[in-house]
Amino acid sequence: MRAFDPYAIYSLWLREMIRFFRLKSRVVGSIAPPFFFLAFLGTGFSGMASRVPAGVDYINYLAPGIIGMTLLFSSTFAGMSVLWDREFGFLREIMVAPVTRLSIVLGRTAGGVTQAVLQGIIILIPGIAMGVKIKGLTGLILSVALMVLISATFIGVGLAFASRMKDMSGFSLIMNFMIFPVFLLSGALFPVQNLPEPVRILSYIDPLTYGVDALRGCLVGANSFPIIIDTLLLAGCCAATMAIGAYLFEMSDVD
Amino acid sequence: MEHAIETRGLIKRFDGLVAVDDVNLSVRRGEIFGLLGPNGAGKSTIIKMLTTMLRPTEGEAYVWGHHIVRERDAVRSCIGVVFQDPSVDGKLTARENLDFHGRMYGMPGDERKRRIAEVLELVELYDKADVLLEEFSGGMRRRLEIARGLMHRPHVLFLDEPTLGLDTQTRRYIWDYIRKMNGEEDVTVVITTHYMEEADNLCNRVAIIDHGRIVALDTPISLKSMIGTDTLTLEVRDGLERLRDVLLGFEWVRSFDASNGYVRLSVDSAQSRIPEVVLAACRAGVRIKSVSVHEPTLEDVFLRYTGRSMRDETGKGDLVRALMRR
Repeated sequence: MRAFDPYAIYSLWLREMIRFFRLKSRVVGSIAPPFFFLAFLGTGFSGMASRVPAGVDYINYLAPGIIGMTLLFSSTFAGMSVLWDREFGFLREIMVAPVTRLSIVLGRTAGGVTQAVLQGIIILIPGIAMGVKIKGLTGLILSVALMVLISATFIGVGLAFASRMKDMSGFSLIMNFMIFPVFLLSGALFPVQNLPEPVRILSYIDPLTYGVDALRGCLVGANSFPIIIDTLLLAGCCAATMAIGAYLFEMSDVD
Repeated sequence: MEHAIETRGLIKRFDGLVAVDDVNLSVRRGEIFGLLGPNGAGKSTIIKMLTTMLRPTEGEAYVWGHHIVRERDAVRSCIGVVFQDPSVDGKLTARENLDFHGRMYGMPGDERKRRIAEVLELVELYDKADVLLEEFSGGMRRRLEIARGLMHRPHVLFLDEPTLGLDTQTRRYIWDYIRKMNGEEDVTVVITTHYMEEADNLCNRVAIIDHGRIVALDTPISLKSMIGTDTLTLEVRDGLERLRDVLLGFEWVRSFDASNGYVRLSVDSAQSRIPEVVLAACRAGVRIKSVSVHEPTLEDVFLRYTGRSMRDETGKGDLVRALMRR
């Protein structure tokens, strides 16, 4: 048996896909909140939004942020879906199979990334309808690659939390004290330069800040940092959270 | 490799609580082997160690010749497991659950397809292949789990309390499937249960477990014969003395024991002795009001070895589970 087992990874990915497309209500449920954010913040704040880079409409500024938000929520939950599997017993079925933990982590990540990126791309469509101007095809393709990185980063985070938790009780804690701060500090809704100095430091250690900034650069050309720096920092965070997530998952008990 | 499973001095401790205490056993190839004991006796913990879900604190074990700690992956490839609690994906159909399983065990596509049909046929769920698992009843789900355990043609199949919480009829069906697959698929079966009838009906050999220790291990028949013979109880109106003389005249009566108008005889195959006893009593002019037969059960065996009835035992299993969750 190999540490890296493509067949098993495919099997785990396929399961996530079947589940994703079977639960239509979940697809709609996961697309609706970012859509509302985009629709109402994009129109309602358009006049008030100050200090967004000159010459950029607020909707253009907001759309990459909302994609980042979609990826953040969807991916963290995908990482934490280990908890659901534990709750419903399916985790044992996976763990007793002759498949390495690394392949299990990769399979789950592949499934989670695909779902999150699909959602991220779907949310672009109403965005374009609302006036988001995409810079070009290269930017679009690059942004999909960035979405994969952002998604994998937070799947690692979700997996790490799920491996340390025994049931769903800590879930709302993670939601309120991890996901929301990461989202609000990332500059998805407003430039982090608007934040007071001490809070801004928190923004700079938030991986999503760089993800959103790079997406902005690729999609609408409104980045505050060089895209290459964003991407390198994001890739570093991604490698780190995936490694931690995989390690904690490896160490966790099945029962 | 001689045995399907072999354990040597297997011990598992949870925070000082000894769940499995120095277990030595060998399971022969092709047999149905039962682990019988009350809840919390350590049966599931033994299964979890043998299926590589838990590491033993001390001791070693081999499954199909592979060491359960050093060769975890080899062990995993040659076993199938049906867990005590549900472990299916309710959002997938029966076929999709099996397909997922087959792929995880590296089975190629056309073989998977053939095998899915075979195992679904075995547990009579073929017409339910494309139904979502969340719509299955408890008994159907359990049957599917058995089918899934067999899917990748394991050498050894572990079944942890396979009929827990199922009704009597479903339980009998499950026994039939287990016998059928043991015969047709040539798979060695290890089953844990706290139902005596299950161990008695199904297993070639049974290990009785209490407080993590094996207190007895043999075929159900031998275990029961250790307890001794059947007991024939007669309710007698009068003439006890005469009856004693007559009955002790039979060489097959091993002991005679009278109290409060009841006579207890130890005899072999008590059922077939009833006519003779009644006839002899009539001839001696003794009037018998009732006759009853008690054959030794595995329950009696458990009682003999532990001094307790199996049904008294509850609660410790929950403690072990609570400790394991930490």
